[in-house]
Amino acid sequence: MGMEGIGARVARKEDKRFITGGGRYVDDMVVPGMKHAAFVRSPYAHADIKKIDVKKAQGMPGVIGVLTGKELKADGIGNLICGWMIHSKDGSPMKMGAWSPLAVDRVRYVGDAVVIVVADTKGEARDAAEAVEITYKERKAVTDAAEALKSGAPQLHPEAEGNLIFDWEIGDAKATDEAIRQAAHVTRMSIVNNRLVPNAMEPRAALGHYDNGEDHFTCWTTSQNPHVARLVMSAFYNVAPENKLRVIAPDVGGGFGSKIFIYPEEIICLWASKRTGVPVKWVADRTESFLTDAHGRDHHTTVEMAFDKDNRITGFKVDTIANLGAYMSLFSSSVPTYLYATLLSGQYNIPAIHANVRTVYTNTAPVDAYRGAGRPEATYVVERTMETAARELGISPAELRRKNFITQFPHQTPVIMCYDAGDYSASLDAAMKAADYAGFAKRKAAAAKKGLLRGIGMSCYIEACGIAPSAAVGSLGAGVGLWESAEVRVNAVGTIEVLTGSHSHGQGHETTFAQLVSERFGLPIDQISIVHGDTDKVQMGMGTYGSRSGAVGMSAIVKALDKVEAKAKKIAAHLLEADEGDIVIENGALKVAGTDKNVPWFQMALASYTAHNLPGGMEPGLKETAFYDPTNFTFPAGCYICEVEVDPDTGKTQIVQFVAADDFGNIINPMIVEGQVHGGIAQGVGQALLEGAHYDAASGQLLTASFMDYTMPRADDLPSFQVSTSNTPCPGNPLGMKGCGEAGAIGSPPAVINAITDAIGNNKLTMPATPQTVWAAIQAKH
Amino acid sequence: MSDVSLTVNGRNVKASVEDRTLLVHFLREHVGLTGTHVGCDTSQCGACIVHVDGKAVKSCTMLAAQASGSTVVTIEGLANGAELHPVQAAFKENHGLQCGFCTPGMIMSATDMIRRYPEGLDEATVRAELEGNICRCTGYHNIVKAILAASQAMSKAGKGKAKKAA
Repeated sequence: MGMEGIGARVARKEDKRFITGGGRYVDDMVVPGMKHAAFVRSPYAHADIKKIDVKKAQGMPGVIGVLTGKELKADGIGNLICGWMIHSKDGSPMKMGAWSPLAVDRVRYVGDAVVIVVADTKGEARDAAEAVEITYKERKAVTDAAEALKSGAPQLHPEAEGNLIFDWEIGDAKATDEAIRQAAHVTRMSIVNNRLVPNAMEPRAALGHYDNGEDHFTCWTTSQNPHVARLVMSAFYNVAPENKLRVIAPDVGGGFGSKIFIYPEEIICLWASKRTGVPVKWVADRTESFLTDAHGRDHHTTVEMAFDKDNRITGFKVDTIANLGAYMSLFSSSVPTYLYATLLSGQYNIPAIHANVRTVYTNTAPVDAYRGAGRPEATYVVERTMETAARELGISPAELRRKNFITQFPHQTPVIMCYDAGDYSASLDAAMKAADYAGFAKRKAAAAKKGLLRGIGMSCYIEACGIAPSAAVGSLGAGVGLWESAEVRVNAVGTIEVLTGSHSHGQGHETTFAQLVSERFGLPIDQISIVHGDTDKVQMGMGTYGSRSGAVGMSAIVKALDKVEAKAKKIAAHLLEADEGDIVIENGALKVAGTDKNVPWFQMALASYTAHNLPGGMEPGLKETAFYDPTNFTFPAGCYICEVEVDPDTGKTQIVQFVAADDFGNIINPMIVEGQVHGGIAQGVGQALLEGAHYDAASGQLLTASFMDYTMPRADDLPSFQVSTSNTPCPGNPLGMKGCGEAGAIGSPPAVINAITDAIGNNKLTMPATPQTVWAAIQAKH
Repeated sequence: MSDVSLTVNGRNVKASVEDRTLLVHFLREHVGLTGTHVGCDTSQCGACIVHVDGKAVKSCTMLAAQASGSTVVTIEGLANGAELHPVQAAFKENHGLQCGFCTPGMIMSATDMIRRYPEGLDEATVRAELEGNICRCTGYHNIVKAILAASQAMSKAGKGKAKKAA
């Protein structure tokens, strides 16, 4: 079908509520009797809690309860956990320190929650929170991961000697060392991937409601995966058994990874609701978000890339220190390991790779997945190295890449991944053409006349999405399976509800998922509703992250649709007295192929529910469920080219052109895919030029804890983007989809930095390349 | 406590509120209009933009008491019944939103911007004028496109519609 099916640029169904003020986010929810919470948080990066005095706060106006970690522990609430087990190269399991939702004896970062205050109004809760008296004995803090590994550094957790969580490796060390020894050329670099704050525009929030009469909890929370939240809160934190805990993630205002994880606040609000007897709502303010949302990136890496005399890569050796913050967040261990080092082959044929990764506790906010999660770090390492190598070898960056591209598929890399399909030259060609690469020299000369330094840089990224299969990730340490579920309910009048375990927080599932059904049955998308985000409606699901909702979530829907179609055809064949194999579905009707005999879709649906005339032995109704477990990761890839002008007097960089040529496999709605790429690029450009979370090394205070201090990309920091796709279908799933949610953030940072370093003629440049940083790099060259 | 009385989306609203109540909290918690959002504490993000006496104002920078006597229009009051305001329609048509959280502020800001540039807008002006609004999803590309499209649609439709936007 054409207008609203697969490939159509359909405007989004969900938009109406958002553009008219009808979106319903957690902070918009009101429950009768609801009260408000404020948290007392540690002002110190590292300290012992000597005494907590809540008496004064308890007497403040409107205060209903002031609760501490001791009471939480007394009620049996468990510690937060990391759900992905990594073993060090000596075979020992990762060293996970205890993370109590409310700190009891010690605080380990600025913002660590210590006390919750519940009061009639948010203002009263905050007033009372200020009246809680806590006596701390300050300890020395360490915020930098490399510093934390040094002997004599402050120790965070008794479980993790030397603050080392694990020392992990992948690949063949011997073969890689040998390649470096025999190389005609070795490119060596030290690369920092700056720490970022995800900053979804909707701050995190939680509303916990304990219903005493039913002995049942409901949690409204800003989550990308409400079922995972329910599972973890039941199984590990002892909040309530699953059948007594409903988790609802309504409209969620962006996530970018930061809303995957289970945080202390939602657990505490649920528990506090039972303790105080009132529904308890907490909404983070922006500074709380900066302090306590899981941060992203923060890698320090050294690399050696070996080339033979023909400029072919023969080996790649990588050593990374990753800062995981004060506690291990839910999936923190997977990010710098299986989501990072497994992508170090990039788009290139590299016979030998070895990566060593050490993860470290520091007195900073927990670090976990942020858009791209490990893959931006890998891409930055690979693509900065390739660009640098091209400069050192004196050949064009495009040629060096092209020479080393993988061209045969499937391709088994030395670091687990088996790439299934791709055409890297096609993306490179498309990007170079769109960027008028050949005309760059002229533009550079024209810029020089204006006194500006013009540079061009590229990045050929690859990523792995739709993380799976479940058995494979299980063998790598994942505590959960990574399948997805779908339920397709055909109503008696033929309209359809699709219940999905995926969660939409900006991705447009209500439209694209409906397009899939529309394509199959020829129904308009307004007759198809997508239901998600509520554990009482959707039985189970793994949620949305890792660009998985298309490749995994929609594949589950396809499987359920297959079952619905099969039954619908059986019913139609019976009604039409035809052979089941002759029934086709066209334009909302089931027809006997090659005849004008047909039964409209709605009549078939009605027949399934009246059950007056069904094939013998068939159950009434039309509802099917499916679980889909992928057979492999998917491998989106592409080429990004960035062109900049730098003002040598101020160091200010202007992005004058940004071209993206992506391979996402098959696409359901190009408009939505382009939007995902735009947003990803903006975050990647933000990382490259503007954003950086900075802790004061001595005090451990977060210096960038508001939008006044942390530079978010604004409209005039960015150009309009030129995006295109050249797609090779993914052979691993029924729709041939790869995923598009993270590519922009993965591919863009190295393109930007490669462009600036090209412009200024100094390759030593760290992100964010602020005017000051760039100006200093220009001066250092002289 | 402060007694405040104002017109919100054409209705008179009266209430007695804590002195420190911000206009945004008044709208959300006392009037029940939750389309106006709070995205930061420092008047940077613009998710809370409403029109006060015809001008775009960050409702987190204004006390409810200061707005007493004013005429306020929020995102809920922008459409003409079932008919979307041209800026709302342009945001939908051009995919100018993803998660929707910054969208009400963006639309209220854009409506005011178009009113202030009756002669029309270009991309550079739109980008500069959006300085007070942060979006984390769209990279602004389609927001800029939507505002330019709305500006054009409204100038074609004549001054009558452009005025109503205010």
